Amino acid sequence: MPRSLVGGDLAAPEMAQPYMKKDDDDEEVEYSPFFGIEKGAVLQEARAFHDPQLDVRRCSQVITKLLYLLNQGETFTKVEATEVFFAVTKLFQSSDAGLRRLVYLMIKELSPSSDEVIIVTSSLMKDMNSKTDMYRANAIRVLCRIIDGTLLTQIERYLKQAIVDKNPVVASAALVSGIHLAQANPEIVKRWSNEVQEAVQSRAPLVQFHGLALLHQIRQNDRLAVSKLVSSLTRGSVRSPLAQCLLIRYTSQVMRESNINSQTGDRPLFDFLESSLRHKSEMVILEAARKITEMDVTSRELAPAITVLQLFLSSSKPVLRFAAVRTLNKVAMTRPLAVTTCNVDLEGLMSDTNRSIATLAITTLLKTGNESSVDRLIKQITNFMSDIADEFKIVVVEAIRSLCLKFPLKYRSMLNFLSNSLREEGGFEYKKAIVDSIITLISEIPDAKEIGLLHLCEFIEDCEFTYLSSQILHFLGNEGPRTSDPSRYIRYIYNRVILENATVRASAVSTLAKFGALVDTLKPRIFVLLRRCLFDTEDEVRDRATLYLQTLGGEVAIGNNEKDAKDFLFGSFDVPLANLEASLRTYEPSEEPFDISLVSREVRSLPLQEKKAPGKKAPAAAATPAPVSAVDAYQKMLSSIPEFAGFGRLFKSSEPVELTEAETEYAVNVVKHIYDSYVVLQYNCTNTIEEQLLEDVTVCVDASDAEEFSEICSKPLASLPYNSTGQIFVAFEKPEHVPAIGKILNLLKFTVKEVDTSTGEADEDGVEDEYQLEEFEVAAADYMLRVPVSNFRNAWENMDPESERVDEYGLGVRESLAEAVSAVINILGMQPCEGTEVVPKNARSHSCLLSGVFIGDVKVLVRLSFGLSGPNEVAMKLAVRSDDPEVSDKIHEIVASG
Amino acid sequence: MADFSKESCPSVKNILLLDSEGKRVAVKYFADDWTTNASKLAYEKSVFTKTLKTNARAEAEITLFDGYIVVYKFVHDLHFFITAGDDENELILASVLNGFSDSVGLLLRGDVEKRTALENLDLILLCIDEIIDGGIILETDANTIAGKVATNAVDGSVPFSEQTISQALATAREHLARSLLK
Repeated sequence: MPRSLVGGDLAAPEMAQPYMKKDDDDEEVEYSPFFGIEKGAVLQEARAFHDPQLDVRRCSQVITKLLYLLNQGETFTKVEATEVFFAVTKLFQSSDAGLRRLVYLMIKELSPSSDEVIIVTSSLMKDMNSKTDMYRANAIRVLCRIIDGTLLTQIERYLKQAIVDKNPVVASAALVSGIHLAQANPEIVKRWSNEVQEAVQSRAPLVQFHGLALLHQIRQNDRLAVSKLVSSLTRGSVRSPLAQCLLIRYTSQVMRESNINSQTGDRPLFDFLESSLRHKSEMVILEAARKITEMDVTSRELAPAITVLQLFLSSSKPVLRFAAVRTLNKVAMTRPLAVTTCNVDLEGLMSDTNRSIATLAITTLLKTGNESSVDRLIKQITNFMSDIADEFKIVVVEAIRSLCLKFPLKYRSMLNFLSNSLREEGGFEYKKAIVDSIITLISEIPDAKEIGLLHLCEFIEDCEFTYLSSQILHFLGNEGPRTSDPSRYIRYIYNRVILENATVRASAVSTLAKFGALVDTLKPRIFVLLRRCLFDTEDEVRDRATLYLQTLGGEVAIGNNEKDAKDFLFGSFDVPLANLEASLRTYEPSEEPFDISLVSREVRSLPLQEKKAPGKKAPAAAATPAPVSAVDAYQKMLSSIPEFAGFGRLFKSSEPVELTEAETEYAVNVVKHIYDSYVVLQYNCTNTIEEQLLEDVTVCVDASDAEEFSEICSKPLASLPYNSTGQIFVAFEKPEHVPAIGKILNLLKFTVKEVDTSTGEADEDGVEDEYQLEEFEVAAADYMLRVPVSNFRNAWENMDPESERVDEYGLGVRESLAEAVSAVINILGMQPCEGTEVVPKNARSHSCLLSGVFIGDVKVLVRLSFGLSGPNEVAMKLAVRSDDPEVSDKIHEIVASG
Repeated sequence: MADFSKESCPSVKNILLLDSEGKRVAVKYFADDWTTNASKLAYEKSVFTKTLKTNARAEAEITLFDGYIVVYKFVHDLHFFITAGDDENELILASVLNGFSDSVGLLLRGDVEKRTALENLDLILLCIDEIIDGGIILETDANTIAGKVATNAVDGSVPFSEQTISQALATAREHLARSLLK
């Protein structure tokens, strides 16, 4: 010991000298006992395994070489693997313990197929019952790794014995194998409950740990059993720190699932967590502190956890500091006040040599800092920024942005910081994060606008990223003309026309035109500049210049008056790009030109799972195709039906509403299609009875409750065979642009014909029958399209303040604030903006921004302010602005009646 | 392989032993996050370059990386790494890392360097096998691990735990001298 692995054939003399002639060896830089090793040669050497007289030493060397090859990523073909496997099984003849261990390892690496497994099972089963503890433990682990369910039942008896073996290594081996086996064979492993329970009481720390893990896995689907397990163990003494960590995890899980309110009564579980904060092992303390911070606890209950984490911050161990600061960082996101006590320690960590710790410390500070400390903090961060990687810098920039939004008065120092960062070296992602942050700040903090714009102007003077230059120029065009001195920006913009590439030049031309359109005093000078652009080498630049000159000059048809010119320049493109793309794909070249007004404006909300997966692993989600607009499909289908072809543009189609219980004889749902002056109900019926054929299927609609509806036609279904789905349409007329609402009662009427299931033939005679469907409502939300706006604040300010209607409502006692918010959103059927639909935990008040388009293409913006008064008594203030004051009133009516 | 939920057993995604140039000495992957050898190599390379400049000699260091937590430690020209999911308890991982590096130190009798490690690759691989089984922590105590790996190799001499490093080196020299005389 240390033994040399490589035998005579590979330079044995040198091998023996590493300690005697160390100096000489140091000169050989690329020395490796495996130097020049080849798979083919090693496979040849593996024939030594077949020798009747096994050379143990040589065999060990060859196995190690094979393991080395596998470890380096070499793969064996099926044939090679089988050959090696059979050769290796021969080595069971040798009783050398070291060799046997390598054989075990090799079998695990080769993961033999089930027909090969049979060859080694008897040898392994013998080892499983050997007197040597190491053999027993390892044989169990190997065997459990390679066997299947049927074989498992044969060795189950031995495994149960092993679990309670007095040697802890054997017991652990059996328990860990049990954890793996339980994935595929939970039923078998469940039968070992008694033995596992005994293991949990073991004096050996790791046996206890593995036993607890397996016991929990066996019982994980039985909440009551887990809860019992936890409460019995939290009273007793768990010895191993690892087992204690597990127990803490299970405890917090039980507390979360049973919704134990920590303030009232049931304290033992929380007391257990709190007492774990005083455990002697740091890993247990950390686990307990982390679980407590993740729970919904009072500040007083949170304090001890914060205190132990604070102690960790000054530890000499980087891992401990990291763990503590990471946990505090998470706490600071939801409860910044609780973390402020650690601020001094956190500031110390900003100079930590471990950059992950330093970054976490800074971002935590940025969340907890108060207004007075901001300047000092920014100064410290500036020193720190130069020596961290881009990815950390992005994190810091994002933290600065949210801090600035929190303390708008401090915008000056933060904007300076951001613009200084812009001048530093950095990659695209980093620069983009800064530019985005500055733009957000400008949009959110009016005072910051002029300084921010100048910073951006300076940046594009020397910006290597075309994308960012274009983005800034576009933004400048929208914001610049409305500042106190628009002319100061012109120089920066025109410099782009002279110095940049074609894309940026084109953007700059558009920006110039916007200044010209809005600032009359600049118009003549802008014209001079635009005329110069007519001689540009790039046709796009020339085209834009020509177009803008014409538009602004008011000579040509595009815009005969100033308002049209402005609309043309500034009007937002209100068709969602995804929908436009989908429509263009389905458009077939024909006589009829493509009509953009037919493109749906409905924004499909993203499937939830995409939001949940935080970038890390999204294998399935990434593959989902772009949502093909369902409205588009409806529009196409409806316009192909002659009766409905004259209805005009489809405004909105609702999600299907189920009108029958699941698993009834006939499944029916309805889709509400809204037109400007019509409503079409589409009933999708499915026949689920094999012995029946339905004919002349109609829906008898009673809309007497919905006064403004008058039925104009209906389109029945001629026949509906088993397991097929057909559509019945009923159309109503309603006053134009009026959101007529009301309850609709439905009755499904049809003729039933018996079907002989063996021949599939239907009877001649049918019986008339009817089937009661559930009623549904055409509600106000059906007349509202969910259309987002990119900048709510701007959009709000651009709306006529005269159209604003404000009122207050009491919503009564609600389950929670979040529930009240989502209820109102649902009533209105509008698109929440800027993530305001999410209510932070424990919030006492919340504001929510909504946008949408009401029937008649009226843009509507809504500001909701919610507040809690008394126990869950929710009050709401609703402010609406819209293109049409009448619609504002209507929104209030909707809420008042909802 | 087994995928464990947040509430269950602490688990390790991989265990890496690289040399001072980032080349593999011994590695073992337990999670399906890296399916091909190429993706494994890419992961090793990025972990190696990311941690290269840090000083992880006295104490284990840690970093967040691609949504994983990596704890690592350097001894001479050997770099030890443990990777786990980002919600794992860092101190548990650190104890696994210390168990790994210390037991390798014991098995190599204090001579922790690439060359000795390769010469005793069988011991290193067995060592990894005794620390983690399919992602689940089997043992973290260095003496126990080394003892389990070397039970048969010790020739009945003093158990590892009771030797100091200099003693260990002395016995090693003695063994070598004896084998040379044969």
